[in-house]
Amino acid sequence: MTTNALTSKSSTSGRAGDKIFSGAALGAGVLILITLFAVAVFLLIQALPTFMADPADISGGEGFFAYIWPIVIGTVIAAAIALLIATPIGLGVALFISHFAPRRIAGPLGYVIDLLAAIPSVIYGAWGYMVLAPALVPGYDWLAANMGFIPIFEGPASQTGKTMLTAGIVLAVMVLPIITSLSREIFLQTPKLHEEAALALGATRWEMITTAVLPFARPGIISAVMLGLGRALGETMAVALVLSTGGLIPSLIQSGNQTIAAEIALNFPEAFGLRLAELIAAGLVLFLITLVVNMIARAIIARHKEFSGAN
Amino acid sequence: MAKRIDVNDLNVYYSKFLAVEGVSINIEPKSVTAFIGPSGCGKSTFLRTLNRMHEVIPGGRVEGEVLLDGDDLYGPGVDPVTVRSQIGMVFQRPNPFPTMSIKDNVLAGVKLNGQKISKSDADALVEKSLRGANLWNEVKDRLDKPGSGLSGGQQQRLCIARTIAVKPDVILMDEPCSALDPISTLAIEDLINELKNDYTVVIVTHNMQQAARVSDKTAFFNIAGTGKPGKLIEFNDTAAIFSNPEQKATEDYVSGRFG
Repeated sequence: MTTNALTSKSSTSGRAGDKIFSGAALGAGVLILITLFAVAVFLLIQALPTFMADPADISGGEGFFAYIWPIVIGTVIAAAIALLIATPIGLGVALFISHFAPRRIAGPLGYVIDLLAAIPSVIYGAWGYMVLAPALVPGYDWLAANMGFIPIFEGPASQTGKTMLTAGIVLAVMVLPIITSLSREIFLQTPKLHEEAALALGATRWEMITTAVLPFARPGIISAVMLGLGRALGETMAVALVLSTGGLIPSLIQSGNQTIAAEIALNFPEAFGLRLAELIAAGLVLFLITLVVNMIARAIIARHKEFSGAN
Repeated sequence: MAKRIDVNDLNVYYSKFLAVEGVSINIEPKSVTAFIGPSGCGKSTFLRTLNRMHEVIPGGRVEGEVLLDGDDLYGPGVDPVTVRSQIGMVFQRPNPFPTMSIKDNVLAGVKLNGQKISKSDADALVEKSLRGANLWNEVKDRLDKPGSGLSGGQQQRLCIARTIAVKPDVILMDEPCSALDPISTLAIEDLINELKNDYTVVIVTHNMQQAARVSDKTAFFNIAGTGKPGKLIEFNDTAAIFSNPEQKATEDYVSGRFG
């Protein structure tokens, strides 16, 4: 009878640690999937009556699709305005902090940006309602008078400033710190080796950024923008406070339009029965929008996997 | 092409710390000069002052002169960007841009300097540079694949191709073989011998056999102790440094008694 000397028992205690850890990690991973699945199932079941109901009983009286599409478009427009404004500014600030600012300024500035992300959205909403919206009215008047031939700036401009464009700007301010802090972290992780490679070839600082930093950070920038987009799409309070809602109109400087999240928040407390199902169905649509947007982002990142530098 | 470098009494500082003190050295065009010495003796730091790369580290500055064919690199109004486009550098670890194809890596420096280049010129330059780096035959069929997919030695030769594509006067190499296996090292050493025909080459190496194999002249750097500045101890023909050094410290180092 020979015993294998390699089958010692001394390592069993170490194994236990391994098992606990892998179990915990697996559990956490599964929990995320279960949560996501449960949310999807909840939304589907609760929204079901909407799809079964007689179209005449749905708000607006013309069926769910007619009810939902204006607010889907409103949601997308608000988020698009926010990202159009916040992405370039956020990336610029992040680059300034990571590669241009003297260390003495970069540290505190980064800290302030992180603090901005921690301000509750109701405060942004109140600020947008009380300060930003009135301040923008003269600008809207000017836009209506001079750029009014473009449908999105068609007058007469709202005299309260509570418009889609204001909501988009408030959302931009809200997502700015998310995009900035995430992309700053990624810019800082650019390998020194690659930065030096660019500099040694005779790159100016800006050329170094375009050849070494930005390509390296590309997937991270996309993720940062997606997280910002997630907040912009789902933001309720700020939009509910800032936007004077109404039907879908092309002009961004008149009262009107609505987003899904604000629609749900404003109507949920008094809703029951079919109306409640309707709102939940709207939530389901929002869930699908975010899912699709994230899948597109993943696809964009994966398309360049070969050149990501991960190999 | 291939210019000489004359360094007069150069001190290198990182903020207030004096890293290298009082180096004067004359590097001939179309020659290979090796810098040897124990770790931390300032040879890499000194090498980086020859194309102002040490300024990338905050607080890096110099006193003294570095003349490229008589023009002071540190003269007033001299842009480090211009200096670096004329004095190229190859690093310790191969660092091709991971997000670029092999071809784009070679062209990276050329496109940087604001030049527009036609496709046929670009293709010709890619081939010429890769041939110059002895890499063409290995990669000609996969120029559009990422540079990071090559082996370490191939990556390092890609970095050399990238450097020679901008037609520098001088090529600095900071321990270019320390991350490579012996066969790749041999390929790089052969390449250095060929580069000598067109460029002035300065190489830092930890490997004394390598210095003996590739260089015409060798400079030995040493440091008196931790926190003390590195100094140039002896600079002479490579044969003299290895067989008949003038300084005791050089003899001890090249014979393996310390360092």
